[in-house]
Amino acid sequence: MEYKDYYKIMALDKDATQVDVKKAYRKLARKYHPDVSKDVDAEQKFKEVNEAYQVLKDKEKRASYDQLGANWQAGQDFNPPPGWDAGYEFSGAGKGGFSGTDSASFSDFFESLFGQNSTGFNPQQTNQRRRDRSGYSVKGEDHHAKVLIDLEDAFKGAVREISLQSPKVDTRGHVSLEKRTLKVKIPKGVKQGQQIRLSGQGEPSTTGGINGDLYLELEFKTHDYFTAEGHDLYFTLPVAPWEAALGPKIKIPTPGGTIELKIPPDSASGNKLRLKGRGIPAKAPGDLYVVLQISLPPADNQKAKEFYQKMAQQLAFDPRANMEV
Amino acid sequence: MTNDILIGLVLDEQSLLTVSELCGACQVQTEWIVELVEEGILQPSGQETDHWLFSGTSLQRARTVRRLQRDLGINIAGAALALDLMDENDSLRAKLLR
Repeated sequence: MEYKDYYKIMALDKDATQVDVKKAYRKLARKYHPDVSKDVDAEQKFKEVNEAYQVLKDKEKRASYDQLGANWQAGQDFNPPPGWDAGYEFSGAGKGGFSGTDSASFSDFFESLFGQNSTGFNPQQTNQRRRDRSGYSVKGEDHHAKVLIDLEDAFKGAVREISLQSPKVDTRGHVSLEKRTLKVKIPKGVKQGQQIRLSGQGEPSTTGGINGDLYLELEFKTHDYFTAEGHDLYFTLPVAPWEAALGPKIKIPTPGGTIELKIPPDSASGNKLRLKGRGIPAKAPGDLYVVLQISLPPADNQKAKEFYQKMAQQLAFDPRANMEV
Repeated sequence: MTNDILIGLVLDEQSLLTVSELCGACQVQTEWIVELVEEGILQPSGQETDHWLFSGTSLQRARTVRRLQRDLGINIAGAALALDLMDENDSLRAKLLR
């Protein structure tokens, strides 16, 4: 298990005040919040910051973390010293992380120091509260999960097996993670960020009511060629200068299979070709946009150099014709 | 595990959610949803609160507001502004690609 330097993660000195801790958290949270940031590592960074904040904002947790000593380096192999937390009682009840149900996503380091149930997740308490309020049987809690799918799944539809971990409370009040696997139909035509509701697959009701629902958020895996915008797809197609100039038919991959594409003669780099209805299928299917990108053959051999020299001599072409030089 | 293949409801512009479904999915009280409607973040059809129907995409918006509130300490008016700016950002980014 790796030691985590929570001060370093939050760019704080060891003697930072609680006010400094909160300020640093707000600043980093705005920067890396997955709803706001386009940083590819945003979610990971946000989780780290959130974990660091859960410890540093809490005087008890911070004190016991500080007690580990200052000689640890981030990433160093770490095992908690025996009996390290004796005498500390965690009043807990911090708010959960990014998506509420992902208290499982804190690092092993965090879990080894503060345990799994110190993130404020307490389903019993929640149900208790609900029961008190309503006085009759209530529906179990709804759960949320993110599912990574391939772009091709949105084209053909698919059945995906998903593994979920959710905290379960036993009769003695201990929390453990329970794993379960579901087979879910991914319908044709879904978009990035699409939500799907599976009725009754959330948390069972503790009061004899119906089960909660499970909400899945679909996220496309990064594709080698295509990026999706709603139902539209974008594809950057490298072409040789003579292909852009002469306009042949070339074979290109699309998620629906290989097709032949006619390049308009005299195309320029950055030109976009719209293939209507070749995007993600839907009632109003998306389009596939092909963006041409001219790749130059490298002039790293005699033959290529000769070709370029010939062009220079024989073509009346000056890309800086409009500049006064 | 069971071998049954689960078929869910795709929450798109056409699918409809009731207030209580939205409350359950966001783990909030009705009053909070009312605030979002008053701020113009969500636009349900129907007159009375009990009969409001929300489009499936409302859930994503509501959950985003919830996270912004919880993680960044933003109030509902601020979250509405953030949502508008995020939408604008997305459409500008899409234009850049086009």
